[in-house]
Amino acid sequence: MEAELSYFLGIDYPTWWFLIVGGVFAGYAILDGFDLGAGSIHLFLKKEQSRRIALNAIGPVWDGNEVWLVIAGGALFAGFPVAYASLFSAFYIPFMLFLVLLIFRAIAIEFRSKEDMKWWRNFWDRAYFVASNSLSLLLGVVVGNLMIGLPIDERGNLVGSWLQLLNPYALLMGFTILALFVMHGIIYLLLKTEGRLYAKLRILLNRAVILFIIAFTAASAYGLYAYPKLSDDLQNSLSFWILPSLGILSILSIPQWIKRRKFRIAFVSSALAIALMLGVLAFELYPVLLYSTIDPAYHIDIYSAASSQKSLGIMLLIAAIGTPLILGYTTFVFYTFRGKVRLDENSY
Amino acid sequence: MEVEILARLQFAFTVAFHYIYPPLSIGLGLLMVIFEALFLRTRNPQYEQLARFYTRIFGLTFGIGVATGIVMEFEFGTNWAVYSRYVGDVFGSALAAEGIFAFAMESGFLGLLLFGWNRVKPWVHFLATVMVLIGSMFSAVWIVVANSWQQTPAGFHVVGEGINARAEITDFWAMVFNPSSVDRLWHVWNGSFLAGAFLVLSISAFYLIKNKHVALSRKAFKIALVVATFFSLLQAFSGHSSANVVAEYQPAKLAALEGQYEDSDDAGIMILGWVDEEAQKTTGIEIPSLLHLMTNKEIGQDTIHGLNHFPADQRPERINAIFQFYHIMVGIGFSLIGLTLLALFFWWRGKLFEQKWLLRIFVFSVLLPQIANQFGWFSAEMGRQPWVVYGLLRTSNALSEAVTAEQVLFSIILFFVVYAFLFLLFLYLLNRKIQHGPDEAEKVEYSDAPKRTISGIIK
Repeated sequence: MEAELSYFLGIDYPTWWFLIVGGVFAGYAILDGFDLGAGSIHLFLKKEQSRRIALNAIGPVWDGNEVWLVIAGGALFAGFPVAYASLFSAFYIPFMLFLVLLIFRAIAIEFRSKEDMKWWRNFWDRAYFVASNSLSLLLGVVVGNLMIGLPIDERGNLVGSWLQLLNPYALLMGFTILALFVMHGIIYLLLKTEGRLYAKLRILLNRAVILFIIAFTAASAYGLYAYPKLSDDLQNSLSFWILPSLGILSILSIPQWIKRRKFRIAFVSSALAIALMLGVLAFELYPVLLYSTIDPAYHIDIYSAASSQKSLGIMLLIAAIGTPLILGYTTFVFYTFRGKVRLDENSY
Repeated sequence: MEVEILARLQFAFTVAFHYIYPPLSIGLGLLMVIFEALFLRTRNPQYEQLARFYTRIFGLTFGIGVATGIVMEFEFGTNWAVYSRYVGDVFGSALAAEGIFAFAMESGFLGLLLFGWNRVKPWVHFLATVMVLIGSMFSAVWIVVANSWQQTPAGFHVVGEGINARAEITDFWAMVFNPSSVDRLWHVWNGSFLAGAFLVLSISAFYLIKNKHVALSRKAFKIALVVATFFSLLQAFSGHSSANVVAEYQPAKLAALEGQYEDSDDAGIMILGWVDEEAQKTTGIEIPSLLHLMTNKEIGQDTIHGLNHFPADQRPERINAIFQFYHIMVGIGFSLIGLTLLALFFWWRGKLFEQKWLLRIFVFSVLLPQIANQFGWFSAEMGRQPWVVYGLLRTSNALSEAVTAEQVLFSIILFFVVYAFLFLLFLYLLNRKIQHGPDEAEKVEYSDAPKRTISGIIK
C-alpha cells in the first residue's frame, strides 16, 4: 500500500494535490461566491430594472464560475477518492438538496427573462433568492463540519444520523459564509452599477460587513468554547492567528476602498478574505482531510486517501497545462464584459 | 438489495434526463458554426439570423445540460462510494481532464456566445462558437472515455484485496484509448450531430408547412439535411465497428443484444424479435449467418457464445429489454438513412419543398435520434451488468455503505419532481421560441449601439 512518495520541488505529490484542490475550491468560492452573494440580495432590489441589471452583471460569467465547482469535485474525486467517497456519502441529503438548489438557481437565471408576466418573474426571482441563500448556507455548514470533524468509522462511513451535521457551530459557519458571499457579491455589483442602484448597494454593503463581523465572531467564540480541538490548534499554530486577522483587516478595509471608489481593490480585498478563510481551513486540516470525531485512528489523511503517485503525477501535468488556459479565457471573458452593465437585446 | 435497485434507478433516471441535452448542444453547436462560417464568408445576413436564432435555442439546452450534469458527478460519491474508492485513481483523471480541458472551455466561452453579439467582432464571436463546440465535443471525449473504461478496462492494475481492492493506473494512454473508447466516442458524436441536425430539420419543416420564415427555413433545411445525411450514413459504419468491439470484449453483452442463448457457429441477426426469457428462446425475423459475417468470424469454425455459456451470475438480466432497446436503436439508424436519402432525392429532382407529407415526417423526426441515443445508452449500460466495471467490480458491491434506502428514495422523488417540472418548462420555452421564430432581416438592427432594451432576443 505505502508506495514511495514522489516529489516535485521538494513537496510530495499528495501535498501538491491538496494545494490544487484547495486552490480550486478557493477559486470557486471567489468566483461563484459573488454570483451567490448577488443572488442573496436579489429580493432587496425592488425595481425590475435593478433586478435585471444585477442579473446581467453576472450573466456572461456565472456559468464559467460554476465550472470551478465541477473541477473541484472532479479534482477531489481524482486526487483523494477515499475522502471524496466518504464526504459525499456522509453528506447525502445535504448534497442532494445542494444539487436541486443549484439546478433551480441556474434555471431561474436562464428562465426569468423568457417571459414578461409579472407572476413569472416574481416566481423566478424568489427561486433565485432562496436558492442563492441556501447554497451559501449549505456550503458554510460543510465547511463548519470539516473544521470540527465528522463521526466516521474505520471504513470512512458516517455513523449516526446526518441531522447531527446541522450542529450549532456548522450553522454559525453557514451564516458566516453567507455573509461573506453577500459582501463579496455586493462589491461585485458596485463595480457594475451606477446611480440610485449603486447608492442602494452601498447601504447594503455596510450592513453586510457588520453582519459578517458578528457572524464570524459568534462562530469563532462558540467554536473555541465548544470544541477543544479548535482551541488546541489555535494555541499550537501562529498561522491561526495571522490568517483570520488578515482576513478581518481586509474586510474592514473594504468600506474605505469603496468610499474612495477603488472598486477593484475592494473586490480584491474581499477575494483575499475568502482565500484567507479557506487558508485557515486548509491549515487546520492538513495533512488530514476528514477528521473522525470517534477515533483519531479513523482520520482520513491525504496520504491514505490519495490516488497513486502515478495518477497524481499525470493529473499534476493536466492541471499545469489546463490552469493557464482557464485563467486565459476567464480573463478574456471578464475583460470583454468589463465596466458598467448596459442592457441590450441579448440581455437577460 | 433495495438500496441497489433504488440507486440504479436514480442514476439511470438522472443520466437519461441529462442525456437529452448535451447531444443537442453538440449538434446545434455544429450547425451554429456552419451558419456563422457561411455568414462570414458570404456576408448574407440570413445566415446570421439563423445563427442567432439557433443560439437562443442552444442557450436553453446548454443551461439544462449543465445544471443536470453536475448531479452525476456528485452521485458517484453520494450513492456509489465503494465504486468511487475503487475507480477514483483511474476514472478520476478522466473526469478531472473533462472539467479542466473541456467544460471550462465551453462554459467560459458560452458568455461570449450568448451575450457577445454586439460586444465583439463577428469573427471573434465565430471563434467563441467554435470554442464552445470544441469544448462540448471534448466533454464527450472524457465522459465516453470514463464510461468506456468501465466497459473495457485497460491500463491499470488492481491493488489490495477484497474490500480494500482498488484499480490503479499504470498507463494513462492505454486507459484513454481502451479498446472501446474510440468507436464509442465516434458513435456518440454522430448521435449528437444527428440530434442537432434533426432538431433544425424539424423546426425548419414546421415553418415551411406553416409558410413562415420560408427563405430562412429553406436554407436551414438544406444545410441540416446535408449534415444529417452525412452523419446518418457514417453512423451505420460506426455502429458496425462498435458492435465488433462488443463481440470481442463483452461476449455476454453481445449475446444479450442479439437474444442468443445457445452457442452458435453460424449466428444470424434478428431484424425484429421477441425474447422469451422463461423459455430462453428468441423468435422473430432472422437473417441467417449475418452475425458471423459482420463480426468477421468463420462460419462453421468459430463459435459465438450464447448466454448459457456464461455462469448465471455473470450475465445480464432483462434480456428482452436489452434486445428491444438495441434493435429499436438500429432500426431508427436505418430509418434516418432512408429518410435523408429520400429527401435528397426530392431535392435532386427540385421538388423537395413541395412534398408536404415528407416535411410532416421531418417535423416529428426530431424524436428519432433522441430515442436512438437513449436506447443505445440503455442497451450499452444494461448489457454491462452485473458489472459496474466489466469483469472487476459488481454493481451490487459498488454502493455507498452509509446510505439508506429511505435517503435514496427521497432523492429519487426529489429529482423526479424537479426534472418533470424542468422538462415541462423546457418544452414550453422551446415552443415559445419556435413560435417567435428568427428575427427577419428588416427587423434586425446592425448598428453598434443596441436600441432595444427589454424587448428583443429573449422575449
